[in-house]
Amino acid sequence: MTTGLNANHLLFLLHGAAWTIGLSLIAFIGGGLLGMVVALCRVSPLKSVRLATGTYVQLVQGTPLMVILFMTFFGLPALGLKISPLTAASASLLVYVSAYLGEIWRGCILSVPRAQWEAAECLALTRAQRMRKVVLPQAIRIATPPTVGFMVQIVKNTSLASVVGFVELARAGQIINNSLFEPFLVYLIIAAVYFALCYPLSRWSRRLERRSARAQEARSLSTPPGQLSLT
Amino acid sequence: MTLDFAAVLSRWPMFLDGAIVTVKLATGATVIGFAIGTLFAIAKRSNVVWAQRVASAYVEAIRNTPLLVQIFLVYFGLSSIGLKLPAITVATAALIINVGAYATEIMRAGFDSIHKGQVEAAECLALSRRQVYWHVVLLPAMERVYPALTSQFVLLMLATSVCSQISAEELTAVANFVQSDTYRPFETYVLVGVLYVLLSLAMRAAFWGLGMWLFPRRRRLGTAL
Repeated sequence: MTTGLNANHLLFLLHGAAWTIGLSLIAFIGGGLLGMVVALCRVSPLKSVRLATGTYVQLVQGTPLMVILFMTFFGLPALGLKISPLTAASASLLVYVSAYLGEIWRGCILSVPRAQWEAAECLALTRAQRMRKVVLPQAIRIATPPTVGFMVQIVKNTSLASVVGFVELARAGQIINNSLFEPFLVYLIIAAVYFALCYPLSRWSRRLERRSARAQEARSLSTPPGQLSLT
Repeated sequence: MTLDFAAVLSRWPMFLDGAIVTVKLATGATVIGFAIGTLFAIAKRSNVVWAQRVASAYVEAIRNTPLLVQIFLVYFGLSSIGLKLPAITVATAALIINVGAYATEIMRAGFDSIHKGQVEAAECLALSRRQVYWHVVLLPAMERVYPALTSQFVLLMLATSVCSQISAEELTAVANFVQSDTYRPFETYVLVGVLYVLLSLAMRAAFWGLGMWLFPRRRRLGTAL
């Protein structure tokens, strides 16, 4: 408690925060692409494909991200694959995000009303066309609020990259704390920065949720009762 | 390099100890966290403005910061003001604070889903206030959000792995020790991963059984939880 927090410390934290954002973006974009594949495989007409991706999702969702991280960072080099902290963190987050987003998006695809699928089929659209032109555009609308909500989880979970020595926000905090010995102050600042990153996303997600709930209400009010069973 | 699980499997008593600590951490945090969550959900829906504000601030602060930072804040923060507590106590406390916030949001959604007419009908049937609260508000609210609660508590069990960072001797901490001792990191973490998958399956099964016992109506209707 002899030396105080100075501008250099804050600059270091800012650097860490930049990497937290960077890692979140890598995880979201990479995990999102892989998650799209997972979601499509989960609704595939082939039972074996559904089963295989289902097992993948169950395995990833049943394992802590921490263990996945250790497995890639310590386990892969033992098998002869050299890997840097950034690569290990990105790969683990990618796997983690793909399983969760894939499962969220599967739910969204399946919640597009059945009649839409059938109508598209009657119009002689192929399966790919049906997916691309009818189902997915509607599924994306349904998927937006939970996806934004999950982005909060991604930002928070990048903090686990600190355990393999990758210097993002949480690790930067640990390093500064090791020299200052003021854990309350340092970790409060770290928590505040995470809050500043996550809170806007939370707010945005909640606003989107409210908006889609309102839209749903309006739709169900404007539809005559007789037609409800069709949609 | 070839895979050799035998060296790792021979440490099974350590893994068992670690798994027991993980289960204890998860159970303690689930039970107390759920109680806290229910109380805060009631506070959030009350007419008392300051109670609403406190509950909202708690939920937002916890849900928008990582568990790792929360645990560090509690563990190193408390020890810096001279309060030396065992890591396992701090870990349990931090997990309770964490899951309490998520349980608050879930239970609030449950309470919101109870129609006002239900309560009025129960009052007309001359049920006492306590009966109304228990049978018409609390249990049905729990029933509605039971799947969400189950998922949240399974996620909590997985999140206990973060406690390895403050040297609470749970499953992941044991794995870290075993891998540095046997030089078999890949095998160790694969094994521990499998153990976590089994634990989460067991937990889902336990919650399903608990749900069947708690909600007899569901049992009679045969609706899946």
